[in-house]
Amino acid sequence: MIVYLFILLAVLAIGSALAMVINKNVVNSALFLVINMVSLAGIYLLLNAQFLAVIQILVYAGAIMVLFLFVIMLLNVEDEEKLFDKFRVKYFLAFILGAAVVGQIFYSIAGVTDMLPEISSNMAEIGTVEEAGDVLYTKYLLPFEMTAILLTAAVVGALMVAQYKIKKG
Amino acid sequence: MNPAILEIGPLAIPVWAIVLGVGMISYLNSAAILVYAERRIAAFIQNRVGPNRVGPFGLLQPLADVLKLLLKEDVTPTHGYKKLHAIAPMIPVITALLSVAVIPFGAGLYVTDINAAVLYLLAVASLGVYGVTLAGWASNSKYSLLGGLRAAAQMISYELPMGMAVASVILMTGSLSLVDIAESQSMWWNFFVNPLGAVIFIICAFAESNRTPFDLVEAEQELVGGFHTEYSSMKFGMFFLAEYMHVFIGSILITTFFFGSYHLPFADLYIPADMNIWLKGILDVSVFTLKVCFWCFVFIWVRWTIPRFKYNQVMKLGWARLLPLSIINFMVIATIMYFTN
Repeated sequence: MIVYLFILLAVLAIGSALAMVINKNVVNSALFLVINMVSLAGIYLLLNAQFLAVIQILVYAGAIMVLFLFVIMLLNVEDEEKLFDKFRVKYFLAFILGAAVVGQIFYSIAGVTDMLPEISSNMAEIGTVEEAGDVLYTKYLLPFEMTAILLTAAVVGALMVAQYKIKKG
Repeated sequence: MNPAILEIGPLAIPVWAIVLGVGMISYLNSAAILVYAERRIAAFIQNRVGPNRVGPFGLLQPLADVLKLLLKEDVTPTHGYKKLHAIAPMIPVITALLSVAVIPFGAGLYVTDINAAVLYLLAVASLGVYGVTLAGWASNSKYSLLGGLRAAAQMISYELPMGMAVASVILMTGSLSLVDIAESQSMWWNFFVNPLGAVIFIICAFAESNRTPFDLVEAEQELVGGFHTEYSSMKFGMFFLAEYMHVFIGSILITTFFFGSYHLPFADLYIPADMNIWLKGILDVSVFTLKVCFWCFVFIWVRWTIPRFKYNQVMKLGWARLLPLSIINFMVIATIMYFTN
């Protein structure tokens, strides 16, 4: 049962990821990314990580992608031009870099032997909100606080940039 | 998963399946009943009679409405995105139905008790924004797009104070499971110990349902019909269904988080612990339903009493008033709990 569910979700995830890259319409791409995130959340659920799965939907699919869509819709992005109209060194280098990354991905996939990790019964206990919070506020307190300060700094910085432009104009 | 099994003669039906079935049916029917209730109550408030021709007291009016919607021509804008235009109305209905999974309707009467039920509810609610936004965009009309963007901005803004209000409830319960939250209110409803959180949550629930005084999304004078300007027939009907289901769910959430869920006030004092399981079940569900009906009535009452905010007022209320208030409320409760424990 779990294997079939995993195959379904994995195919959905990979298919939507491919569709996201191939699709010419930017809004469609963003929506395929949402499907991709939801299917990833399903895979987390298979690993008994309820908290992670819900947070994945809440934060990525529910908040960040809505803002993405917002920006895309407001920017009114035109259909992209054809990439390979004329040959440029830039494109050639980009192609080689891309090929290298794809090669690495295939190499690492070839190294995988097991299909699914063992799902033990105590995995459900590790993935609860209480456990995650406990570890975050004791073992990983410093990185946690650092991330919080970093995010606050980014928000304040973004506000500063926006306010500065208004005052000048 | 809830292991309780109900044995009726030779049949052994798991309780969660019954709850799921009844919950789904009540969710879907709530929209029809609410449409009728809204029209009758609106008429009462405005000194009119309201629909009273179809069936006794006009009770069959919702059926006539749906028949009318089904028979109407389904129009898609020529330059709109047809696929997204068709998918968008389904999203709010699906996300509304998903929330039935975690809500306890009585002691032991729930579909599933997951460890992150509160977060699940918030996650499902946040996905509902896509329906409105996509509907606005796929219609390829300026009014629709503005309506969709307004809806998205408003829902994102009010999710934050709503989340903080819910966080203050979690703080007192010490659990993210809705079943635990409901059970913890058998003596003191959260409203009595956390009234500010309750008020903030109620205001946010009104804002999330996109109804007056927060119906900037479909402000007729400015946006024609808002995000559903270009929708007709049953696609519009789906948005209509979703709106009333969200009123219903908003009422359920207010009841569950702050007004004692299925408990009578101070139930511990006079409800015996060893009550007959059938009697207890009937009492629980009746109390829960009555509370939900009351909050649905308040939703309708407010809609026909209070005029619409201006857009800047909505944003100011959300970001400059409710969010700081909810954070202060959270901090105060956290401090009190730290020193009293």
